[in-house]
Amino acid sequence: MIYLDHNATTPMRAEVFETLRPFLQERFGNPSSFYGLARQARAALADARRNLAALIGAQPEEIIFTSGGTEADNLALRGTARMLKGRGRHIVTTAIEHHAVLRTCRDLEQEGFTVTYVPARSDGQVAVQDVLEAVRTDTILVSVMLANNETGVIQPVAAIAAGLRERDIALHCDAVQALGKIPLDVNALGVSLLALSGHKVYGPKGAGALYVRPDTPLAPILTGGSQESGRRAGTENVAAWVGFATAAGLACRDMETEGPRLKTLRDRFEALVTARIPRTVVHGASSPRLPNTAHISFANVESESVLLHLDLRGICASAGSACTTGSPEPSHVLAAMGIPALEAQSALRFSLGRGTTAEDMSATAAALADIIDRLRAISSC
Amino acid sequence: MSDEPKDKPTDSAEAEETADAAHGPLLFYNDTVIDHFTQPRNVGEMSDEEADGVAVVGDPTCGDQMKLWIKVRDGVIADIKFKSFGCPGAIATSSMATELAKGRRLEEAARLTDDDVVEALGGIPEHKKHCSLMGTTALRHAIYDFLVKREQR
Repeated sequence: MIYLDHNATTPMRAEVFETLRPFLQERFGNPSSFYGLARQARAALADARRNLAALIGAQPEEIIFTSGGTEADNLALRGTARMLKGRGRHIVTTAIEHHAVLRTCRDLEQEGFTVTYVPARSDGQVAVQDVLEAVRTDTILVSVMLANNETGVIQPVAAIAAGLRERDIALHCDAVQALGKIPLDVNALGVSLLALSGHKVYGPKGAGALYVRPDTPLAPILTGGSQESGRRAGTENVAAWVGFATAAGLACRDMETEGPRLKTLRDRFEALVTARIPRTVVHGASSPRLPNTAHISFANVESESVLLHLDLRGICASAGSACTTGSPEPSHVLAAMGIPALEAQSALRFSLGRGTTAEDMSATAAALADIIDRLRAISSC
Repeated sequence: MSDEPKDKPTDSAEAEETADAAHGPLLFYNDTVIDHFTQPRNVGEMSDEEADGVAVVGDPTCGDQMKLWIKVRDGVIADIKFKSFGCPGAIATSSMATELAKGRRLEEAARLTDDDVVEALGGIPEHKKHCSLMGTTALRHAIYDFLVKREQR
């Protein structure tokens, strides 16, 4: 099998599993309890929080652990919207966000908020000016992702933060795809909130975190016990969060060597594919991108048919984001970039990772050349 | 903490053993559907002179489109060709629709339903059933095109 869907999820590293395993068994204590067993869990969680915070230039008390990136995005948007609605009811986001942000914004619209969705340019980047121009006097929150999950294009979050600096507006950043792939520092970015996920960095699923700058008002969305300083109720998922922090640490440690390695493999793959297969477009190629992501349209073939041919040869890739695969809905990201619908119907995402080799990529390029040829031969377009 | 493993997710013996289970689509689509998808029958085109009836259905910007050509001899579909831009379900059902139509009398072929196509394929996933409409719709359009052209002659 050749696995090229690391933006969807990643296999857990062996050393991450070894680190978290004891907290599922012999160190099972509830961190809120009194005795030694509980204190062990509490100490491990404190270490995890400190380590994760350090990776992104934050303080431990600025980290709220969650069940994943989706909950972190929900908490950021709903939690600030609720606290700031007295000041205004307008939110600015981009049309290329993950559904965790987009559908939460749609839901907030039902609750009386107004949301402006800023489109991207055809190169996959949202223009700083477009975001700043969408801001109104009653804007309370701006949400912009750091790296797009489909195209891998990196968004100008720091520049947007600089443009908002003098204004009393919370800035949330979904950095789920960026963690462990590009340098990440909450102070350099200048954001008030930042969402992270564990399973994209070879950690466990069901683990994520939200960074919250101390001056950002945030209401909890889960109420109950006073875990996570009262900002996220529920017994701490110690094993998952310890595993997440360990995985994030390893991913950031390896980034300096792994980033350039993946970029070389990715660039060579794109060059090979575009040379061998005519009428091929690489989306976001002219923009700064994650080193591991290739998003490519092959004219006149439908993406699910290519995916199935690849799968029959043991190659795992994806069409747009994994959430929309299985339904005929084309990528909202490509639509927001103004890519014609027909081109969007033929887009595939290849996301490389730790296990990816040069042989994997040349085998995939060869398979694609054959598959696209066959599908074009029967295509009515 | 253990040493850095070369944990490529696939290259353990265990992964080899479970390779079949990892092949989702073989379960998602049955073998007959996969067969018609990977080796579609009656693929091709006919020139305007060769074809007695032609149809184009679907919209590629919405995900699928099919072109169909028929040759009619003594009220029977003597030859049939199609081309398709679409998902695996669209390609496989189009292929099967042409197989079912070939050699049939026009009035029989026009009565073929999407259920007939799905049944001949041994079933397709529920959310792909709409794909099977394309083959039978194109077939009826092509037959209608033939009848209109015959009237005009």
